[in-house]
Amino acid sequence: MSSVSEHKGILVFSEAYDLTLEMLGKGRELADNLHIELAAVLLGSNLQNKAEELVKCGADKVYTVENSALDNFQIEPCLSVLHGLVSGYRPEIVLIGSTRNGKPLAARLAERLNTGCVPDCIGLGVDESRRLVGERITYGGNAVAKVVFISKPQIATVPSRAFEKPSPQQRTGQILKSDVKIEPAKVEVVERKPLETSNVRIEDAENIVCCGRGLEKKDDIVMLEELAEILGGQVGCSRPLVEDRKWFTDWVGLSGHKVKPKLYMACGISGVIQHVAGIRDSKVIVAINKDPEAPIFEIADYGVVGNLYEVLPALREALKKQLQ
Amino acid sequence: MDDLKRIIVCLKAAVDVSQLKVDPATRQLITAGAPKKISDFDKNALEEAVRIKEKLGGVEVFTLTISSEDAKAVLREALAIGADKAYFVNDPFVASIDTSGTAYVLAQAVKKIGEFDLILGGEASLDSFSGLVGSRLSELLGLPQMTSVRKLTVEGDALIAERALEDASETVRVKMPAVVTVTREINQPRIPSLMMIMKASKKEIVNWTLADLAVQKERITPKIEVIEVLAPKMERKKIIIKGETVQEIAEKLARALIQEGVVGR
Repeated sequence: MSSVSEHKGILVFSEAYDLTLEMLGKGRELADNLHIELAAVLLGSNLQNKAEELVKCGADKVYTVENSALDNFQIEPCLSVLHGLVSGYRPEIVLIGSTRNGKPLAARLAERLNTGCVPDCIGLGVDESRRLVGERITYGGNAVAKVVFISKPQIATVPSRAFEKPSPQQRTGQILKSDVKIEPAKVEVVERKPLETSNVRIEDAENIVCCGRGLEKKDDIVMLEELAEILGGQVGCSRPLVEDRKWFTDWVGLSGHKVKPKLYMACGISGVIQHVAGIRDSKVIVAINKDPEAPIFEIADYGVVGNLYEVLPALREALKKQLQ
Repeated sequence: MDDLKRIIVCLKAAVDVSQLKVDPATRQLITAGAPKKISDFDKNALEEAVRIKEKLGGVEVFTLTISSEDAKAVLREALAIGADKAYFVNDPFVASIDTSGTAYVLAQAVKKIGEFDLILGGEASLDSFSGLVGSRLSELLGLPQMTSVRKLTVEGDALIAERALEDASETVRVKMPAVVTVTREINQPRIPSLMMIMKASKKEIVNWTLADLAVQKERITPKIEVIEVLAPKMERKKIIIKGETVQEIAEKLARALIQEGVVGR
């Protein structure tokens, strides 16, 4: 472990470009707070345009490593490059995108540097001793933990959509081509198939109509789709419809997709804590449930005690009428 | 090349989060005395190991657990599900360690166990849900790793896995030994029968302390510190919309949503 004073600056990396932008927004705020530099890392090919955009979105420096071996994420090549950059640049904070590839990357970087890592931070701040404070959901959604670091660099991972994307501004920054040793991958990628979803990812949906156990038949999802169409949104479901009834493959909740839409409609969902933890950052939450005691009403802005088979079609008609 | 002979499954005795209570006045979690169970994802890892054993034959499945408290019930359940032997690092000092320390103690225990071809674990633990330990362990042992695995096949001395990513699914191949962490989609863990539970009582549990693993306490001092754990505040309007007819309710709700600016322009 290195001594605390030698580290300076913030370094941001995600193989997911949008998440890099989101972290730059938050990173800029932290950097200004601490009066330090904000740097981003870009790996792969044809990076110049993206690097310029990262500067506009808040980076003081962008380290680019142009190498086609880094075009598709593989952990060892990426880890070795990041480790090389962090060892040279010595940031006090490293933010890594909390994707399914990014998390193991952060964990192994932390291990390689013998330092701490706080994963899935939905909030980031700085305390009076200039330490990074990460906020994360824990105990299956029952609690939010605040965690500080005792070692440096302080590595935090940041989930998608936790922070707003900054709007690009005219500002200057340095773009630095770096030449770092790249370790070969230990795992061979045999095939990479994009997910067969015609729709946008549910995380990106503006509005979500979600159903739970209250849905009596799989085909009744059509009723939700019709409402979602009027709302300009997407349809989702809660975990029991996937795990118990095997009707669908993906669920909304802490262990599935965490969402943050403008409008979240929970239809026939009781509101167990794991589900609630996955939707808690939604702007407006509507709950429709037959059971007036359902815990979902405790976390909803608007509640309707009633049968979703009656309420949803009526709501669709009402919206149609009022939106004309 | 040798085929798969031994699997080590890392099992956490995790707080059963579905049974946690919150003190409404302080928003503090009441974790004292909260029951523990095999962490869900780790149970999937164990189930996968037992299925591999049943399919290939001649495979030993060992479990490895670290806890500052008694975890015998968890170990017995793992043995009933089909593990052959349980290793238990039981030491009061581990109550204070973080993921860095946990990975180090696991690595030391794995080295003491000796031979193995595959280390399996859950993607994250049920209670802390960090999902860092498997990756840290692979780094410490210098082994390749496959994460977010929802399908696993053994092919001679190699493993083929299907990984679930956010926007893609990836098929990867690696030569053993390797570290693999699994998601809950990989299987449905079995519920052990009475016969399996009886048989498990005769299986061996090996107890170790940190001293047995030559772990220096300085090596596992925490690198992070949890300063606060509170139930989240949910400040919502909690307006229940009422009306004579469902149409009236729907119209009120529609109006509210338009006023909130979340629907329409």
